[in-house]
Amino acid sequence: MSQVSEPIPAYPKFTKAMKATHTILIPNMAPVQFAIMKAAMEHAGYKVEVLGNCGSSVAQLGLKYVHNDTCYPALLVIGQFLDALQSGKYDLDRTALLITQTGGGCRASNYIHLLRKALAKAGYGQVPVASLNFSGLEKDSGFELTLPLLRGLLAGIFYGDLLCALRSQTQPYELHKGDAEAKTRQWLETLCGWVRRGQGVSMRAVKRTMPLIASDFAAIPKKVAPKVKVGVVGEIYVKYSPLGNNGLERFLADEGCEVNLPGLLGFVEYCIYNMAETTRLYGGSAASVLGPDALLAWLDGGEQAMRKALTQYGYHAPAAFKTLTKLPEGIIGMGNKMGEGWLLTAEMIELVQAGYENIVCAQPFGCLPNHICGKGMINRIRALYPAANITPIDYDPSATPVNQENRIKLMLAVARERLETGEKPGPGAAGTAKNEGKNPFYGEMPRLRHTGPRAAAPARG
Amino acid sequence: MSYRVGLDIGSTTIKYAVLDEAGRLVDSRYERHYSHILEKARELLCGPIAASVPGGKAAVAISGSAGMGLAEGCGAPFVQEVFATRIAAKKYEPQADAVIELGGEDAKILFLTGGTEVRMNGSCAGGTGAFIDQMATLLKMTPNELDAAAQKAEKTYTIASRCGVFAKSDVQPLLNQGARPEDVAASIYQAVVNQTIAGLAQGRPITGRVLYLGGPLTFSKTLRQSFDAALGLAGALPENSLLFVALGAADYAKEEFELAALAAAVAEKGGGRGGYASQPPLFANKKEYEEFHARHLRASVPRAAFGAGCGPVHIGIDAGSTTVKLVVIDQDANILFTDYQPNLGSPLPLIRATLQKLYAGHPGLAVASATATGYGEELVRTALHADYGVVETVAHFTAARWFLPEVDFIIDIGGQDMKCFKIEDGAIGNIFLNEACSSGCGSFLQTFAEALGYEVKDFAALGLFAESPVDLGSRCTVFMNSSVKQAQKDGASVENISAGLSISVVKNALYKVIRASSAEELGRRIVVQGGTFYNEAVLRAFEKEMGCEVVRPDIAGLMGAFGAALYGRQRAGQGHKSSLLDADALAAFSQTVQSVRCGGCTNHCQLTVNRFADGSRLVSGNRCEKPVTGKADAGGRNLYEIKRRLLAAYEPRPGARGSIGIPMCLNLYELLPFWHAFFTRLGFAVYHGPFSSRQLYLDGQGTIPSDTVCFPAKLAHGQVKALTGMALDAIFYPCMTYNLDEGLSDNHYNCPVVAYYPEVLAGNCPELAGVRFIFDYVGIHRPADFVHKMAAILKKHFADITKKEVQAAADAGYAEYKRHMDTLRAEGARIIREARAEGRRIIVLAGRPYHIDPEVNHGIDTLITRYGAAVITEDSVAAYEQKQPTSVLNQWTYHARLYAAARWCCAQPDADLVQLVSFGCGVDAITTDETREILQRGGKLYTQLKIDEITNLGAVNIRLRSLFAALDEKQRAAAAEPRQPASTPRPAETRPGQERT
Repeated sequence: MSQVSEPIPAYPKFTKAMKATHTILIPNMAPVQFAIMKAAMEHAGYKVEVLGNCGSSVAQLGLKYVHNDTCYPALLVIGQFLDALQSGKYDLDRTALLITQTGGGCRASNYIHLLRKALAKAGYGQVPVASLNFSGLEKDSGFELTLPLLRGLLAGIFYGDLLCALRSQTQPYELHKGDAEAKTRQWLETLCGWVRRGQGVSMRAVKRTMPLIASDFAAIPKKVAPKVKVGVVGEIYVKYSPLGNNGLERFLADEGCEVNLPGLLGFVEYCIYNMAETTRLYGGSAASVLGPDALLAWLDGGEQAMRKALTQYGYHAPAAFKTLTKLPEGIIGMGNKMGEGWLLTAEMIELVQAGYENIVCAQPFGCLPNHICGKGMINRIRALYPAANITPIDYDPSATPVNQENRIKLMLAVARERLETGEKPGPGAAGTAKNEGKNPFYGEMPRLRHTGPRAAAPARG
Repeated sequence: MSYRVGLDIGSTTIKYAVLDEAGRLVDSRYERHYSHILEKARELLCGPIAASVPGGKAAVAISGSAGMGLAEGCGAPFVQEVFATRIAAKKYEPQADAVIELGGEDAKILFLTGGTEVRMNGSCAGGTGAFIDQMATLLKMTPNELDAAAQKAEKTYTIASRCGVFAKSDVQPLLNQGARPEDVAASIYQAVVNQTIAGLAQGRPITGRVLYLGGPLTFSKTLRQSFDAALGLAGALPENSLLFVALGAADYAKEEFELAALAAAVAEKGGGRGGYASQPPLFANKKEYEEFHARHLRASVPRAAFGAGCGPVHIGIDAGSTTVKLVVIDQDANILFTDYQPNLGSPLPLIRATLQKLYAGHPGLAVASATATGYGEELVRTALHADYGVVETVAHFTAARWFLPEVDFIIDIGGQDMKCFKIEDGAIGNIFLNEACSSGCGSFLQTFAEALGYEVKDFAALGLFAESPVDLGSRCTVFMNSSVKQAQKDGASVENISAGLSISVVKNALYKVIRASSAEELGRRIVVQGGTFYNEAVLRAFEKEMGCEVVRPDIAGLMGAFGAALYGRQRAGQGHKSSLLDADALAAFSQTVQSVRCGGCTNHCQLTVNRFADGSRLVSGNRCEKPVTGKADAGGRNLYEIKRRLLAAYEPRPGARGSIGIPMCLNLYELLPFWHAFFTRLGFAVYHGPFSSRQLYLDGQGTIPSDTVCFPAKLAHGQVKALTGMALDAIFYPCMTYNLDEGLSDNHYNCPVVAYYPEVLAGNCPELAGVRFIFDYVGIHRPADFVHKMAAILKKHFADITKKEVQAAADAGYAEYKRHMDTLRAEGARIIREARAEGRRIIVLAGRPYHIDPEVNHGIDTLITRYGAAVITEDSVAAYEQKQPTSVLNQWTYHARLYAAARWCCAQPDADLVQLVSFGCGVDAITTDETREILQRGGKLYTQLKIDEITNLGAVNIRLRSLFAALDEKQRAAAAEPRQPASTPRPAETRPGQERT
C-alpha cells in the first residue's frame, strides 16, 4: 500500500478570535432576506458586509480563477469575492469570507474548496473562509451557528420572504409608482434595527409582527387590473440573485407582470426535510427523523402565521411546505434531494395551481440537478397541467441577455394572448378557434400574391 | 384599416412585408444586413417602405431577435418572432399542424394543433443558417453550391448534430481524409435535421401538415428533402416562406406611425439601452504600436538563396486542417523556400503541384528527407512517400526550440485548432488542445469577418486602434454570435467588435484551453505561433492579457512545416536520400477516394479508402486494425474489452416470476452483476440492454428533455427504447442518491445525473407508458436496511415476494458484485504483469464505469492498444490506494477512484493516466483539476480526452501520440541517468518519497 502524504496546500482557518478582528464578507443572493440576516449576524457579534459589487469584472475574475465549466453561481460568487478583495476597500489581514455549503451531492458543496483554490491562486491565501452549513462539514471552523444566531437568521428569512411577497403583489397594481418599494425599504430598516438589537426574532414576535406588515402594505392604494402572472423557480442563486439572472425580476416587472418568487424558507425546510427523508428511504436510527420533523413542525407554525397574514389582507399566500411535500406525488420522487431537487418541481406545480402558470425555470448552464428536477420535469408537468407555460432559461457568463429575454418574451406573448382571450388550453385542445374567429380574414383567405412596390403609391410631400 | 408594415430583423437578415387595406401583400424584401442593423432599418423604412404606403403612414410592428432593442428604442411595438410566425401561419396556412422554421441562428418548431406549443433552440444548440454558411465556407462553396452538391450525394457521414462547433470538428477531418464533398454536403444537412428534431421536438411527434419556413429551408431543396425523410412526411414550402415573421408582425401592427419620423427615431434611438461592456484599447497610442511592431520584426529566421549550390534539402510538409504549408531548408537549417495556401478541402493536389514546381524550378534537386505532419500526415506519407511522419505537437516544439532553445511554453493558434504545451526538462509536458467547444481560433475570426463583410486581414487590422473594444467573454462561437449581436445592438462599432473578438480568441486560449491565471504559471519564455498570430491584434491582446512580452517568429504560420523539416534533418543520416516521389512519379500520380462501410465486425465503421497510382492504399475511419491487416486485436491487454465481455456474459436464465430488463447505462454498467444476481435469485429472467450504438442513440434522441446533459445519460433514452421493444414484464432502473462506500472519500454520493436519471426517463419516454417501470429510490450502501426497504418496494409490484427471499437475493447480489470487482482487479493485475514482462506502457484510462460503452468512448480504448500500450481501468487499481486528503470535497464514489488511480500512477514508473471526460459533465469541472494536480505533484503527465457524440478521433490521436512522444522523450532523457529498474509486477508497491510541491 502506498502511504505517501501528499502536500495539500494548507489554508487559513476562521478562528474564534477572528470574530473580533475580521470583517466577514457575504455574497449577495436574495437582497431583502440577506439584509436582515446580516443584522442577525451583527447581533451575534460579527462584523459583516453583504457584497454589492457587480459589473463585468466580477464574472471576468471568476472566469480567470475558476474552472470555466464550473457552474455560473460559483464563478460569480468567487468573482465577487475576488473583486471585493482587489478593490482595496478591505484590510486583507482583517477580512474573512463566508460561503454556504449544503453538503448535498451536487457540485455546490465544493464551492468553498474552489474558492480557497482561487484565493490561493490570486494571491489572497491569507484570507480565511468560513462555511455556513447544517451538515457538519468544516467542523473545525470558528464560525459557530449558535441557537440565538440561528433564530435571528430564520427571522430574517420569515420577514424577508413576507416583504418580497407583499412587494411583488403590490407593485404592479400601485396607483402611485414607488409606494411598494418605499414601504419595503421602510420596513427593512425597522426590522434590521430590531434584529440588530436582538428584538423581534422570537417566533412569537415574528408571528405578531407579520400581520402588521401585511396591513401596512394593504393600505397602499391600488388599482386592480388583470396582469400576466409569472412565477420564477430555479437553481437557488440564479433564481434570486439579480447579478446571476441579469435582473430577471426587474425585467419581468418592466414587462408589466406580477412576479412570484417562492420564498427562501421553502428551501430551508426542504434541506431539513431531506435529512429525515434520507433515513426513511435508506434506513437509519429513528431518532434521526425526530429532530428534523420537530424543527419542521416549529417552522410550520411561523409559516401558517405568514400565510394568515397574507390572506387576511387579501394577498395570495404561497402554499405551506407541508402542502408542497404532497404535490410531487406521481411526478418526481421525494428522494430527489440534490440541488433544489423535488422542491423545484413542487414549486412549479404549486405556481401553476395558484394561477402563476407562466413560469421561468432559471438555471446555470449545464446545471446537473436541473437536468432532472427542472428541464426533466417540464414535459410531465405540461402533460398534467396543459395551462403550464414554462420556459427554461440558462444563465452563463457569456449567455447574452438578448437571447434570454427573447425566450422570456415568447413565453410572455403566449401568456398575454391567454390573458386577453381568457383562453386556457385543455388537454388536446386546439385552443385557438376563438382567436381565429377574430381575424377579419379568416374564412376568406386572400391568396398571397407579391405585387411589388405600388406604382400608384401617392407621392409624399 | 390602414396599411400595415411588419419589419423582421433577424440575426443575419432583415425582412419586411407591407399589407394594404385589404391585407394584401403589396411589397416585401429579404436581404442580409451585415449587422448594419440601424442603417438598414432606417434605409428601408424611409425608402422602399415609405414609398409603398400611401401618405407615408402605416401601422408598424417590429419582430426578430435583433429587432427587440431597436423596437424598444424607437417606440414601435415589438412582437416576439415565434409568436409572429404563429399569427402568420394561422392566417395564411390554417390547415398546418406544425411549423419548422430555421433562421440565421435560431431553430424553431411550432405545434399549432393538439395543444399549441412553441419551441426554440436552447442557447447551446448552435446556429442553423449560420452553421450551414460556416460549413459552406469550410467546403469553399456558396450555400447554393452546397445545396447543389448535396443533391449528388451517394451517402451521408455521421456528423455530430448537437452544435455547430462539434460538427465542424467532424467535417474537417472527413475532408482531409478525402471524403467526397458532395457526401459531406449532404451530411451537413442531415446533421441540421437531427439537431432540430433532437433538440426541439423533445419527444413530441411532428405529424400532419408541416410548413417549412425561413432562409435555409427556402433555399435548400436538400434540407427540405432531409426533413421529409427524417419525419416520414412531405412538408410544404409555402409561398412567402421567408416572410412569415414579417407578415405576422404586419398583421399584429395596430399603432400607426409616420414612417419618416420612425426612421429618424430608429437612427437616433434604435441603439437600445446603449452602451456595452468594454475593455481598454489594445494600444494607448500610435507610438506604442510602432514599438510593438518593431520588436516583433526582430524575430526572424535566416534565409538563403535557393540556388543550384544549396546542397541536399529537407522538406517539411504540414497538411493542416485548413491550410497546407511546405518549407524547404538546407543542411544548415536556412530557409530556402516556403509555401502557404488554403487546402480547399483537398490537400494532396496542392502539395503535388508545389512539389512539381520545385522540381521544375530546380533540376537535379537532391532531397535528403521529407517529413509530414498535421491532420493529413498519414495521407501525405502514404501518397507521396514522405520519409517520416511526426505528430504536430512535436513538430511545433522542434521548430520553437530551434528558435528559442530554452522555450518553456508554446502556444499555437491555427485555423481550426489550438495547441499549447508546456516544456518541462526538455520534453513536452502538459498538452492542451482546444476542446470541441472552445473554438477561439483563426477560422472563428474569419467566420465573423466574412459575416460582417470583410476580409479577415482587414477586419483584424480594424481592431488595432479601436478605442473601447467590446468585452465578449470567452465562450464558444455560438455564444459569441449572440454576444456580437448584442454588442451591435448596443451600438458597438465594427472596430470595437473586431478588437473584442481578437481579445476573445486570446481569452479562449488562456482561460478555456490552458486555464492559466498568470504568465508566471506558463513560464517566462513563451513562443507564440500559428497563422492567427500574424494578426497583430491577437498578438497584442495575448501580450496584454498575460502581461509579458512573447516571441512570435516571422514564420509563425509555418512552424509546423519548419519543425517537420528540422525533424527530418535530425533523423536523416549523412547521405540519406529521400523516398519522396520524384518528378516522374509525381506526374503519374493519381488518387481515388472511396467510402465503404466495414463489415469486419458489428461496429460497421465508415471507412474512407484512398488509392494511389502506385498501388498504395490508405484506410481511415477504422477503429481497429482489421480492415488494414485482416486481423483484429484479441483485446487481452484491454481491460475495457474484458469488462465488456464480463458484462455481456450475464445472460437471462428462465425464471418463474417472469422477465425483467435492465438498461445498460450510467451506473448500471457497474451494478449489472449485482442486480442480475439479485433478480435471478428472485426468479426473474434478467435481460439487459445492448451496448449502445449510434442507431440506439438516434432511436432515443427525440425524448431527451435537456440538450446539455452528458452523452452517457442521453444514451439511456435509446436503452429504454430498446428494452421496451423486448416485451418484458418489467424494467428496473433504480434512483440511487448514494453509491457504495469504498472508503476512499468523505461521502459516497452518485452525481446528480447518475443518481436520478430514471426520473427523467419516467417523465419523458412515452414508450414507458403501460410498462412496469420500477425506478424507486434504493440504497445498497446500507446492506441490512436494503433488504427490508427493497422488500417493501418490490411488494408494490410483486405481492408474493417475501422478505426472506429478498434477503437471499441481496446476499447473492452483494456476493456477485464482489466477485465481479475481484475479477476486474485480478484481470487488471494480470494485464499489468504481462505488460511489464513485455515492456509495454500501461495506460490507466480513467473515467466512470459507463465509459466502457463503445458508443461513449468511441473506441479510444482500442486505439490506445493499437499504439502498443496496455489499458486498465481506474477501478482496477483504486483499491491499492487509501483515502488521502484532497483539496476539493471528495464526495462521489466514482470520482474518488479517479483520485486514487492518479495517486497509484504516481508511484509506477511505467503507468500513466488518461482521463476520459464526458462533455457536459459538471462534476468533472472539479475532478479534472484535482486529478491534474495529483499527477503533477507526482511528476506525471496529465492527459484529458473530452468525449461526446463526436466520432472522429483526430484530436484524440494527436493527444495520445503527443503523450507517447513525450513519454519516449522522458525515457530517453532518463536513460542517461541511473534509474530504478522496472519493478515487480505486483501493482501495489511502496512509492519512493516524493518531496515535490
